[in-house]
Amino acid sequence: MDESKPIFLQIAESIENDILSGALGEETQVPSTNEFAAFHRINPATAGKGVNLLVDEGVLYKKRGIGMFVAQGSRARLVAKRRDQFHTEYVEPLLAEAAKLGLTSAQLAAMITEPIAARSTTDKEAAS
Amino acid sequence: MTTVIEVNGLTKKFGRFTAVDNASFRVEKDRIYGLLGRNGAGKTTIMQLLTGQLFATAGSISVFGETPVENADVLGNICFIKESQLYPEDFRPRHVFASAPWFFPNWDADLAERLIADFRVPVNRRIKKLSRGQVSAVGVIVGLASRAPLTFFDEPYLGLDAVARQIFYDRLLEDFSEHPRTVILSTHLIDEVSNLLEHVFVIEEGRIIVDAESEDLRGAATTVAGTKGAVDAFVAGREVIAREAIGGLATATVGPLSAVDRSAASAAGLELSPVSLQQLIVRKTTAAPTEFEQSA
Repeated sequence: MDESKPIFLQIAESIENDILSGALGEETQVPSTNEFAAFHRINPATAGKGVNLLVDEGVLYKKRGIGMFVAQGSRARLVAKRRDQFHTEYVEPLLAEAAKLGLTSAQLAAMITEPIAARSTTDKEAAS
Repeated sequence: MTTVIEVNGLTKKFGRFTAVDNASFRVEKDRIYGLLGRNGAGKTTIMQLLTGQLFATAGSISVFGETPVENADVLGNICFIKESQLYPEDFRPRHVFASAPWFFPNWDADLAERLIADFRVPVNRRIKKLSRGQVSAVGVIVGLASRAPLTFFDEPYLGLDAVARQIFYDRLLEDFSEHPRTVILSTHLIDEVSNLLEHVFVIEEGRIIVDAESEDLRGAATTVAGTKGAVDAFVAGREVIAREAIGGLATATVGPLSAVDRSAASAAGLELSPVSLQQLIVRKTTAAPTEFEQSA
């Protein structure tokens, strides 16, 4: 657990990550609050707060008497939300560090485009 | 939420010494509370007052809506596990577990059996012959298996090894999830329990100096490190919890920072790092900031 962030936010983020990665598919059941609490060794009320945050956002929904499920279309909505955050969380710190090191925009662009190009060639080789 | 304990203006004096100084707080039903503080801060005294083992000098205590002193209805719902519980001469752990159901109506013998196996307590050995950790394990088992609506653990794990402490935390969470109850835990191992606690009280010299949700305390303090000039400029006008300096470098622990503050700090070349609950309490309960500047 990260000390700087409230635990309930970290629980919510870890569920979101599992939905984004496909580990938790839409309409599948998510673990119960008590299971999250036992697994992460945290207070059940805190785990519940994290789960409820996602219920409020419409990512999860409750089936009475059965448990918590991933809502239809939640993956697409999470992708959109995370793309909005991508700029502030990843691009801005990257640019700040690059400026500190005196990297030119051409050098920086090459660092990003080259691995992407290399990856797509290996993907093609693997496919053929 | 239902209030289980309500304390107003509680003061306890032993002669001239004030152990508890005008403390007021509330405890809500079915939550896990941490009572934290240094040795001699007044944690045990507060627990003894709440369980009717000491008389208050001033102030009021209400437990389940009544005074706990000489009140069987209230005390029957309380389990108090002390740091050094005394047992009758020649008692063996099996005697403790056999007599516990007389005092605790919710006693779960199956749970006790499982915990005895988990903690590997030799039930037929005399308690006098047990190791310090094994005696603590007996107390922890009674505390968990009693399922009392209000359970106090006062430094329950003196001498318990890391494995046994982990078992204690896991079983506490497990049983708490299935059978919610109010738990008040006092401990020095703050980092180990910080994720279990829902609410924290910090006591310093008999006074309650922190009364906060543990989630609010996370991120409530940040350490700022960098050159002395930059740190001083950044912390000017803020509440500084602790400050250290060495040569031209300084670190300061400050209160909550907004996103704007954070970007201002990194623009000024300052390093930010989170402060754990344990570090926060150490800083809040330690006197005078330290300076090592003369060495420069």
